[in-house]
Amino acid sequence: MNKGKRDHVIHYLNNNIRYDGRKKEEYREISVETGVIRTAEGSARVKFGETEVIAGVKFEVGKPYPDSPDAGTMMVNAELIPMSSPDFESGPPGIVAIELARVVDRGIRESGAIDFKKLCIKHGELVWTIIVDIVPVNAFGNLFDVASLAVMSAIKNAKFPELDGEKIDYKKLTKNSIPMEEEPISVTVLKIGDHLIVDPIPDEEKVLDARLTVATLKDETIVAMQKGGELSLSTEDIKSMIEISIKKAKEIRKFLK
Amino acid sequence: MIKMAYKKRLDGRKFDELRPITAEVGVIPNAIGSAYFKIGKTGAYAAVYGPRDLYPRFLKNPKRGVLRCNYNMMPFSGAGDRVRPGTSRRSKEISLVTNQALLPVVNLDDFPNSVVDVFVELNETDAGSRCAGICAASMALADAGIEMKDLVGAISIGIVDGQVVLDLDYQEEAYKDGHVADVPMAYIPSMDKISLLQCDGRIKKDDLLKGLEMGKKAAKQLIEIQKKALKAKFEVPK
Repeated sequence: MNKGKRDHVIHYLNNNIRYDGRKKEEYREISVETGVIRTAEGSARVKFGETEVIAGVKFEVGKPYPDSPDAGTMMVNAELIPMSSPDFESGPPGIVAIELARVVDRGIRESGAIDFKKLCIKHGELVWTIIVDIVPVNAFGNLFDVASLAVMSAIKNAKFPELDGEKIDYKKLTKNSIPMEEEPISVTVLKIGDHLIVDPIPDEEKVLDARLTVATLKDETIVAMQKGGELSLSTEDIKSMIEISIKKAKEIRKFLK
Repeated sequence: MIKMAYKKRLDGRKFDELRPITAEVGVIPNAIGSAYFKIGKTGAYAAVYGPRDLYPRFLKNPKRGVLRCNYNMMPFSGAGDRVRPGTSRRSKEISLVTNQALLPVVNLDDFPNSVVDVFVELNETDAGSRCAGICAASMALADAGIEMKDLVGAISIGIVDGQVVLDLDYQEEAYKDGHVADVPMAYIPSMDKISLLQCDGRIKKDDLLKGLEMGKKAAKQLIEIQKKALKAKFEVPK
């Protein structure tokens, strides 16, 4: 970690100022567009300031897992392509991409957002698989929250393709959407020194002590969490971070289409 | 049976007509130069990083900088099944020919031991993706301020059931009632040189030569579109 940079970030936070002039609990400008990829069955482009992420949904059919023969499945994958940041390298997904995909996945899966039982086509034999790919176009901080909102938006935007026996006809989309039960929203709070901030830019992410991603429902129920960073958190820290998450989730929820 | 010739294109275009095009530069703020180029329903991003240090070291060239193009389809960019992430034989070959299509115009003499990375990413495709990628990369290199002798215009020409056509879309590439040839090409007008030429399918020499002329004309149009997009970035809003 660059100590000079860290001191600099903290010095400004002590005066309640961030590198880009925002307040500690202020998000950058958010925009959400859906149906942006014609080759996907569902898609969304989400921007938080200069961070831009595309999420695309593709459907597949296949055998269900033996332990849940009547349930469809979902896979969330993130490709941190080197086009989107000088910090990303070519090659198979590294730990950063894997954690991102798993945290986004967890928020949606564990909230019961999708009724997987309704994705069963033939008990024990054929079920729908929802594959959501996260691809940043420009990665400039806070991929957790941007990708979570993009994936939720893309899932809500998706329409099932027609099924011809056991084969998918991707050319024909039905009017049926993915059966949704809940709409979780993820908010990541960073701890740098004694400060708690949201929606970090890379300079802030590089000097964080700890972060907590919290996915919550409309009724403020917590459905998934992930603590990251090298330093530990006190119970007081966690309480404050969860409170910020719940408060900010209400603002972000308005952008979910 | 009387064989039907391809008299009218499936999407109603003239035989030498390009699909609708949009082009924009500076779309990826993290990159030194970047562009988005869309032709019909095929969209390509390109981002340029560098000149920067090149590793592993044995790849370094002490005489001049190295151009390194990488072509990739986003997982949701294919019309049918999901595209499995990671490199494939296809994407590696397209990366190679993209590199060779652009190499004649870039001057990297001032950057020995360095690399200029060009990342081409397709977000949706309907045939012609390598050509769209080359057009995007050409703009992104110019946007990055890399010294260039010219821009590169890339387009496919080909045969659909006996007819020479420009800029095949997917339904033409998959045309079932007659032979199809797909010939992606790249053209550098100021040198009058062709820097990409591939061919999939049957085509007679005379048809190919006719197609190449069609492609050269189209490449000049594509370069005008690239120039317009590059200039637009520096326009002062009125």
